[in-house]
Parts: sequence; structure tokens; C-alpha cells
Amino acid sequence: MRTSTYGIVALLAFAGTAFAAEGNNAGWERPAENQIANLPSLQRGARNFMAYCSGCHSLKFVRYSRLAEDLKISDELRDQLLVKPGAKFTDYIVSSMPEKDATEWFGKAPPDLSLTARSRSPDWIFNFLTTFYADPASRQTGVNNLQLPGTAMPHVLSSLQGVPRLKAVSHESAAAGADRAGAEPAGESGHSNSPFEPGAQGSLTPEQYDNFVRDTVNFLQYASDPTQLERQSLGVWVVLFLLMFTGIAFLLKKEYWKDVR
Amino acid sequence: MATVIEGKGGFRAWLNKRMPVDQFVADQLTGYYAPKNFNVWYFFGSLALLVFVMQIVTGIFVTMHFKPGEATAWNSVQVMVREVPYMWLIQPMHAVGASFFFVVVYLHMARAMLYGSYKAPRELLWIIGMLIYLALMAEAFMGYVLPNGNMSYWGAQVIINLFGTIPGIGPDLVEWIRGDYGIGDATLNRFFSLHVIALPFIIALLVMLHLVALRQVGSNNPDGIEIKEKLGKDGLPIDGVPFHPYYTVKDIVGVGLFLTLFAVVVFFAPTFGGLFMEPPNFEPANPVSTPDHIAPVWYFTPYYAILRAVPDQKIGALLMAASVVAFLFLPWLDRAKNKSIRYRGAASKILLGTFFITFVVLMWLGLKPADGIYVLLARIFTTLYFLFFILLPFVSKADGNGPVPDRVTYHAH
Ligand code: HEC
Ligand code: HEM
Repeated sequence: MRTSTYGIVALLAFAGTAFAAEGNNAGWERPAENQIANLPSLQRGARNFMAYCSGCHSLKFVRYSRLAEDLKISDELRDQLLVKPGAKFTDYIVSSMPEKDATEWFGKAPPDLSLTARSRSPDWIFNFLTTFYADPASRQTGVNNLQLPGTAMPHVLSSLQGVPRLKAVSHESAAAGADRAGAEPAGESGHSNSPFEPGAQGSLTPEQYDNFVRDTVNFLQYASDPTQLERQSLGVWVVLFLLMFTGIAFLLKKEYWKDVR
Repeated sequence: MATVIEGKGGFRAWLNKRMPVDQFVADQLTGYYAPKNFNVWYFFGSLALLVFVMQIVTGIFVTMHFKPGEATAWNSVQVMVREVPYMWLIQPMHAVGASFFFVVVYLHMARAMLYGSYKAPRELLWIIGMLIYLALMAEAFMGYVLPNGNMSYWGAQVIINLFGTIPGIGPDLVEWIRGDYGIGDATLNRFFSLHVIALPFIIALLVMLHLVALRQVGSNNPDGIEIKEKLGKDGLPIDGVPFHPYYTVKDIVGVGLFLTLFAVVVFFAPTFGGLFMEPPNFEPANPVSTPDHIAPVWYFTPYYAILRAVPDQKIGALLMAASVVAFLFLPWLDRAKNKSIRYRGAASKILLGTFFITFVVLMWLGLKPADGIYVLLARIFTTLYFLFFILLPFVSKADGNGPVPDRVTYHAH
């Protein structure tokens, strides 16, 4: 019994460690460090999204009403701050921009963001929104991005962050692929190991800007899987129940087997 | 076994006159003797049954809200998990259940290989098991294609195109499978039909045959000794215990452990780090945007690694087919007198151990991009994979014949 138990555990553990090493490969990504259970952060994120993103991006699987309910936003605030003019509070959050126009303006329609936190990951979005930099070579938007080089998205948060410039030394290597393996993680803009140096100033400090993005990312993670908190809190009880069930089953089994010689 | 008609009257007697309920219980449960020395490896048969039933039940609910088809499939999954009560739980249970099905079935098969359960008189039991495995792979593949995510789409593209490597009929066959020139509405609708009706039905039938064959020959055990050969004065196996109640209560412990693990994954890590649900499948199918690298779900990747290890796609596909089919021949490739690995020599132990490790390494390689060192590794481990089947007849013949104990190993608790 024992050796075979160890056999199975070893096999699964081996498989587990072998596969767990998957990860993002852009060399100096920073973790988003958002906290999905932080309600005020989610509320700020919802506000940020509606103010800065919803003009272009939809959340076509999320309804205003559901959002307000989950994030404990009052009906008045919901109607004042979230619901777009002309929309009903039970509507899905769709962008008002016609796809054809959008494609014309940006060369690419802004994608729906309902599931981006799951298809890309919260960290990916965090890095996307924090690594815009001035790039005169990009004639469309004047900026480029380390996470998604050549992106069609303008730096819509430049009034907050400003527009950093890439340091001359790291310009080549970073822009070439943004995946120098083993490179040090970037600090905040202006930090010594950051690939950026300050450019045009924005209204937020680097720290405030990171928090702004963190909240927004947090909200997008919520939107990608709105029941995750409910699932986890129910999960605790289910697992506890099953452990108890297993314990009782084990005692029952012992009782039956005690006279097998 | 004696004919049983229980009950002095009333409903039970009435029922038993019309249907042999008590007879069935006596033959199959209380009067069926199983070896008393089963270890944890013997949990996985009943667990496979449990997962199968769970997939059917969750599948019934998913089908109520799923809308097959190119334009509707992906959206309908998103809408059901977000808006239909408790589908946020049931849909992930179904998706995660598929992965757990394979975890259980792989361990179940590994057990049979450890204890020589495929050897006479259980060859047919093993072959039926392999047919279940093949049907299960088809079932899982089609299920994965149904929601029409981007990995569904590209994965299906790769797998279906493999049939195109068959000489002569290949291209026509691919078109026939898809029902179209590309993966489209016709493909998704026929996969839905097969996934929801045809294959579950076939699997259920095969599982029944599997159990009938098992009852005929009786279970093997970790010592690989036939308990039917050591009967007591009462004509019953000395080393056996009635399946009910002894193994019913024991299997319930297995069920508890399994469901606990399952719940941890479903509630706290349903995507399992991208292994059970791959990130690109959270984007709808997009014929002009290929995922960074295409990999099937983990339970197919050993074979996928073998496919990609070969530069020539035709030979790769052939080797891949051979790597699955090879298991069918195990009962005859293994020429040892003893069944269980416990009573075989070091060479057999190393051979089988290496094979298990090879399988897991190939699984990992199949998830990696096919370039650089990974290609070389895939070639080495593909070679090791087939070496197992080539060497087995010789190794098993040479060192699988030592003495075995008279009675099974069992320590009373
Ligand atoms: C002016 C229109 C516009 C606004 C406003 C805008 N975006 Fe975008 N966004 C785009 C376009 C266009 C793309 C497509 C970029 C590409 O693929 O190159 C995009 C792409 C993205 C992506 C990448 C999606 C993917 O999977 O490729 C993310 C994430 C994103 N935007 C987040 C945001 C967030 C968060 C905001 C609000 C802070 C925002 N965007 C505001 C136009 C916009
Ligand atoms: C839906 C899938 C399956 C179900 C429900 C199932 C069910 C079972 C059950 C209940 C048992 C008896 C309990 C046990 O020994 O664990 C068993 C035994 C067995 N199964 Fe399966 N099985 C499945 C798939 C397979 C597959 C894929 C194979 C091999 C290719 C296989 C090969 C065997 C063998 C050889 C035994 C006898 C083992 C022994 O006695 O040592 N089965 N199966």
C-alpha cells in the first residue's frame, strides 16, 4: 500500500513540477499584484474603465446591472457614473464606436475586453498599459509598446502617466524583442533598472499611475470571470465537507476491514 | 452460485419473481470475491466510472444552454457561465472533468502495466479498455472543438489534417470529416451530435462489456497471483473478500479523496495554470490569427510530441498512430511467467519505470514549441518510447520467471 501510494504521489509531483514552469516570457515583466478581493480597487477600476476605455472597448458579456450588484455600487452611482447615455442599466457594456470606423481610424478594431484577463493574463495587461513609450517612428500614434510592439492602440492614459522615453541603451535590445531572458525586472518608470526615462509629464506620479492601472487590471480580471469570488468562498465549504466525508468513510472502512486477516 | 429469491412476501418477492434483483446483488456484489490485497491503484476503475457518470450529468446541463454552430457556440458558453444560475460551477466541472478523466484512466492503465493485468486471462478486458481509451480520446477531442475557441479551431485544424497524410484517400477523407472545405458550421454540428449522443453511448456500452469481462475472469491484484487457485473448504477463495461490503466501503474512501482533489481544482484553479483550459481558448476562433504555438490539451501531448519528432509528416503521423496502437499488443509482447512487477527482475523494473518517465517527458515536450533542444529531446524520448515495446518481449522472458509466494501479501490493520 505504502510504496504504491508514494509511487502515485511521486508521479503526480513530478508531472506537477514539470508543467508548472510555464510562464510569460517577455524578459522583464512586472507582476500586476492586483487583489481580486479588494472591493474599493474593483470599484475604482470600473470607474477607470468607463472613463478611459469604454469609448473604444466593449465588455460585451458584462451587464451594468450585474457589475453594480457584484461590486456593491448603488443604483444612483451606477446610473450616474457607469451607464452610458442612451443605454439601459440592464444592457451589456458595448462600445459606441462602429467597428468599421474603428478599423479605419486605428487600422484594427479595438477588441472586446471581457475575457482578455483570461486569454492574456492580468500581468500581461498591466505591462501593456505601463510600457507605452514615445516612438517617432510610429506615425499613427506617436507611441510604441514593449508588451505589444507596434500596437495600434494610442497611449490613451498619457494625460495621467505622461509619455516616457526609452533609454538609449536599452532601446535597441528592448524594442527588438522585449524578451531578454534573465534581464532584471523593470522598476517604476524612472527607477534605475527601468528601461524608461521620464519624457512628457503626466498628472500622476509613477506610483499613482501604477495603482491606477492596477485597479483597472483588477476590474478586468473580475470581468473575465465574475463569479470567481463566489466560487472560492463556496469552494472552502465544499472542500471542508468533502474532507469530513472522506474521514467518516475512512473510519467506516476501517471498521469493516478490521476482521479481515 | 445459488439462486436467491429473498423476501417472505410483499414487494421484494413480487419484484424478484419478475426481475432477478437479489440474484444480481448476490452474484455481482455480495457473492463476488475480490482479492483482499488491493492497494490505491485499484481505486481508479471505480473512479473512472464516477467521472464518466459525472461527465454525463454535467453534460446534460451544459447541452441545455449550449448552442452548437460557428456563430453561436463560443458566445453561448460565455453567456451560460455568466447568466444561468450555477452554470459557473457546472460548466467548469465538465471541462475540468475531462482532464480528470484522463488522469484517472492513465493511472488505471499504469496499474494494469505494473501488475501485468493485461496478461492471460485478462487480454480481452485490456483490449476493451483500449477501445474505451480510443473512444474517450475521440470524445474529448470533439468536446474540445465544440466551444469554437481559437485553440479549438487551430487544434482541430492540426488533428483533422493528420488524416490528410493517409495516401490516396487522405484529402477526400479530411473533407468528409469536416463536411466542408474548412472547419465550419457543418463540422461543429456533426461533432456536437457525436460528442453528445454517439460516443457517450458507445463508451457506456464498452464500459458495460469491460465490467462483464472483468466479472468473468475476476480482478488481478498487486501480487499477480490468481486467488481462484487457492480455495478454502467452503469453495471460496481464501484470499478474497466479498466485493460488497468490503470494496464498496473502501471505494467510497477513494471517491472522497478524489472529489476533494477535484473540488480544489474546480473551485480554486479551474484552468490549472492553462493546462486544463488553455488561454487562447478564451478568444473566439479566428482563422487569420494563429495562437503563439498550437498545442493540444496535456492528455494528447505525448502523441503530439511523437508526431512532431519526425521531420516527415507522413511518417510522423504513422508513428503517432503506432504509439497508441502499440498498447493493444501488450498481452502478447509480455512473455513473463509472472504477472506483477513485484516478482520480476531489476531489468523489467527499469524498463517499465523508464517508460512511465518517458511518457510524462513526452507529455511535457508536446506542450513546448518544436524547436531547438526540444526537438532533439523529443527524438530521444520517442526512441525510448518505442524501445519499451521492442525490448519488452526479451526482458520479460528473461527475468519474469522467479518464484512467487503462495498467498497474496496482506497485512491486517
Ligand atoms: C482610442 C481607442 C482606445 C482606447 C480609449 C483604449 N484602447 Fe485599448 N486598444 C485599442 C486598439 C485599437 C487596440 C488594438 C491594438 C492592437 O491589437 O494592436 C487595443 C488593444 C488593447 C488591448 C490588447 C488586447 C489584446 O488582447 O490584444 C488591451 C488589453 C487594451 N487595449 C486595454 C485598454 C484599456 C485598459 C483601456 C483603458 C485604459 C484602453 N485599452 C483604451 C484602442 C483603444
Ligand atoms: C471509462 C473508462 C473505464 C472504466 C469506467 C473502467 C472501469 C473498470 C473497473 C470498475 C475495473 C475494476 C476495478 C479496478 O480494477 O480498478 C476495471 C479494471 C480493469 N480495467 Fe478498466 N475502466 C476504464 C478504462 C480502462 C482502460 C482505458 C483500460 C486499458 C487500456 C482498462 C483496463 C482494465 C484492466 C486491465 C482491468 C483489470 C485490472 C486488474 O484486475 O488488475 N480500463 N476497469
